[in-house]
Amino acid sequence: MKALVTDYEGVEHSVDFPPEWPLMEAIKAAGLPIKAECGGCCLCATCHVYVAADWVDRLPPIDGEESSQLGEAPDVLPQSRLACQLKGHAALDGVRVTLAPVY
Amino acid sequence: MIQTDAIIVGAGPVGLFAVFELGLLGLRTHVIDVLDKPGGQCAEFYPEKPIYDIPGLPACTGQELTDNLMRQIRPFEPVFHFGTCAQRLEELPGSRWRLTTDDGLVFEAPAIVVAAGGGSFTPKKPPIPGIERFEGHGVDYAVRRIEALRGQRVVISGGGDSALDWTIALRDVASRVTLVHRRTEFRAAPDSVRRMMALAEQGQIDFLLGEVNSVQADGSELCGIGVRTEGGLVDLPCDRFLPFFGLTMKMGPVGEFGLALQGGRIVVDTEKFESSRRGVFAIGDINHYPGKLKLILSGFHEAALMAQQAFRYARPEERLLFQYTTTSTRLKEKLETT
Repeated sequence: MKALVTDYEGVEHSVDFPPEWPLMEAIKAAGLPIKAECGGCCLCATCHVYVAADWVDRLPPIDGEESSQLGEAPDVLPQSRLACQLKGHAALDGVRVTLAPVY
Repeated sequence: MIQTDAIIVGAGPVGLFAVFELGLLGLRTHVIDVLDKPGGQCAEFYPEKPIYDIPGLPACTGQELTDNLMRQIRPFEPVFHFGTCAQRLEELPGSRWRLTTDDGLVFEAPAIVVAAGGGSFTPKKPPIPGIERFEGHGVDYAVRRIEALRGQRVVISGGGDSALDWTIALRDVASRVTLVHRRTEFRAAPDSVRRMMALAEQGQIDFLLGEVNSVQADGSELCGIGVRTEGGLVDLPCDRFLPFFGLTMKMGPVGEFGLALQGGRIVVDTEKFESSRRGVFAIGDINHYPGKLKLILSGFHEAALMAQQAFRYARPEERLLFQYTTTSTRLKEKLETT
């Protein structure tokens, strides 16, 4: 499975997105500059991504922890998600995201 | 100037355990940390979250691990310097190092142990154009002196404990406190949120739903902020703006110590965990070597091996006798106090 990730320079990369992997780890493994400083514990909001409009409704819903962390990230939009909370799954094959600003 | 055997930069779990391993070999330590408390990420990011992969501890929280490590190292009498950041490292003649902190503390030792984790914690700064012009005079990321805020119009932004606690605490000091937060949900303790909402209802403070997106100047002074709300842009006159968005980690001055780096981490060998400069070690999340895993338990192992080499630098005239804590009378006597 793949995810299409646009970096801070606006370049889109196709990255491996294995089943059960958090998208954050898939992006990190591809060598893209995602900060993700708490290591996937949903504690820092530094793996903030914008999900492409046509994918937003196909993702699992945001839970309380993710929502509260997103509340502290800069430039949050309706399509904002934390990449550590999106797990690889057939339904997400080909998901498109853009790295969002972090503090 | 403080002379000691080893200076440990970072009081996270690995820095704390380095006190233990160096202490077993009879070396004295001073520990520096930018936070105001021990524990590093364990204390700052996940004090309440359980950790399940510490050998022999089926489950413990970040805070419990920190508290236990503090108890475990107490017999070695480490000296802690909190709220200060290692700023400069200089090599001295005779295989010694001088380390200076941002508030002017000067240390000298034969061994420097960088256990700085993901870097030093610094306040998250909101991406508001021009905000840096007012830092320290108008915009502050922490309250240092409450009196400086007396009679001032204060705007606080954020939804965590710092934002809520200061909103409540400053209402009797400031002439007016306004809390700006993007949502009606908060990360802060529910009790603080209830108190803040009650104060807002009584008209003692203001709560504004929105996001600060500009700062306004009168000459060189801050005179207000702009807030993007659902109803459009709102200008809020104020004297002080306090953004409280938590902390983030930056490598900071350690990156300027002249050590070989790879991917923002300090390159070490896997025998002594020594950097490219003799006598400067790096252990825990801050280091890099083939096969590195960022695990607390790996950092503990690295601390033990580092200590062997640090001993050789600190006590070049002595031979190192390897002893187990279970069999050494000297160590047992020392450790019985825990």
